[in-house]
Amino acid sequence: MITTGLDIQRVRADFPILQRTVAGKPLVYLDNAATTQKPRAVIDAISSYYTGINANVHRGVHELSQRATDAYEGARERVRAYFNAASTREIIFTRNATEGINLVAWSFAKPRLAPGDEVVISAMEHHSNIVPWQLACEATGAVLKVAPINDRGELILDEFERLLTPRTRIASITHMSNALGTVTPVAEIVRIAHARNVPVLIDASQAAYHMVVDVQALDCDFCVATGHKLYGPTGIGVLYGKEAHLAAMPPFLGGGDMIASVTFERSTWNVLPYKFEAGTPHIAGAIGLHAALDYIEAVGREAIAAHERDLLEYGTRVLQNIDGVRLIGTAREKASILSFVLEGVHPHDIGTIVDREGIAIRTGHHCAQPVMDRFKIPATARASLAMYNTREELDALGRAIQKVREVFA
Amino acid sequence: MSDLRDLYQEVILDHNRRPRNFYAIPDASQTAEGYNPLCGDRLTLYMKVSGDVITDLSFEGAGCAISKASASMMTDALKGRTIAEANALFDRFHRMVTTPPEQAVEDMGKLSSLAGVREFPVRVKCASLAWHTLKAAMAKQPRVSTE
Repeated sequence: MITTGLDIQRVRADFPILQRTVAGKPLVYLDNAATTQKPRAVIDAISSYYTGINANVHRGVHELSQRATDAYEGARERVRAYFNAASTREIIFTRNATEGINLVAWSFAKPRLAPGDEVVISAMEHHSNIVPWQLACEATGAVLKVAPINDRGELILDEFERLLTPRTRIASITHMSNALGTVTPVAEIVRIAHARNVPVLIDASQAAYHMVVDVQALDCDFCVATGHKLYGPTGIGVLYGKEAHLAAMPPFLGGGDMIASVTFERSTWNVLPYKFEAGTPHIAGAIGLHAALDYIEAVGREAIAAHERDLLEYGTRVLQNIDGVRLIGTAREKASILSFVLEGVHPHDIGTIVDREGIAIRTGHHCAQPVMDRFKIPATARASLAMYNTREELDALGRAIQKVREVFA
Repeated sequence: MSDLRDLYQEVILDHNRRPRNFYAIPDASQTAEGYNPLCGDRLTLYMKVSGDVITDLSFEGAGCAISKASASMMTDALKGRTIAEANALFDRFHRMVTTPPEQAVEDMGKLSSLAGVREFPVRVKCASLAWHTLKAAMAKQPRVSTE
């Protein structure tokens, strides 16, 4: 056993679901890029909120409402610290990363887009970082430009730079590809874009649970992440935006909590961040996310990153040693994702057969169809790693793929 | 492993390896495209009809073993049959793959090898894709999606 500073048995014991079996075999969960499992601390935090302090926030004068508000705002401060934002006014709770991107597309980009203006994304974006921009472009007559990737699945920075013109109104780029595992040079991307006065949104959905994402160090204008990939609950996401941008933007959704005053003639907007949080928020979700980020910090972000690096290298070797396996996504800067195809076998058949061995992987296009088209494949099988995975589980994946080969021999 | 062998029977693996009627018909009287957006399976069905008889039936495309084998066996079974017979076989096949796994189904010969998908609910669509595409081709609809 290698020493990475992470006590793997202790970590595994913290995740109740890892004790269960699937098809009579111990669960090997390798679908973390879709969603991560939840530690006991997160499950308990959500449960204690509902059993102890459930009430609506920002409203009541009663004890429970005050306690719920404190917990909800405490979560916002926790998120601020995790992403090193300057202020909690810059942290908007959303349902997920998708909602964060839509918010920026509609409240920030759309008012700035005129016919012929341009939005730049990359060729390895998740559908959630493609479709909102297509909608904004359709509504305004703006044009979507796509920065290409090379055969390793790396963003071609020169091409990205060439796409930035005086008509570019925003660039929206992933920090880490969910289909390929590529980690993009986001600091460099922001620097290049800012040199041309182009604001940048960073999609940190995948990166946020594998590496430090420091929004001030990156100097990005916006950043989105989702709670359920940070070992937290579903239905809670985060949008970071520079305060100057957020303050100047019109609201995205209207309703309760986001207003200062309402008359039938006119309403005025609440201060940041509440202007962008219409209606009763996912209070339990925010509290669960708080517990998840505490948990990540307690295990240690350095230790997690080192452990996952070891697993990625080990898993890469396991797969490369199987005849007929080809890795899709071989970027030099890469994290925690092993996307692959097996000669003569469709990924769907791989997924079904390894599932019978208790191993959960994702098969399909991973909500990134343009990436599949780029590599001229219909789909891949994808094993994605998290802090609780082990080398033994990757060995089990290797044996299961050998079984696939036997079935299809 | 036993349930896996139910799904991946030798006849299915054989049709996957060597799909029958896997070609384009340039002068087809009807074609239709089937697409399963969930997994990306895609096939084009070509059909040549004379009177009410299907004189040639073929397919092309990319998909998993189940969808490919299903298309291969379907085209084999329906070549030379009438449109009415094709509709009847569609109904029987549809009934077979949507009957709960604990219930008995009628013997459909080679096509019975696909009854194993009932144990794998997400795979039923793989087995059905070619058949829904067939329906679309017969109805002269150019495109069908399983979603």
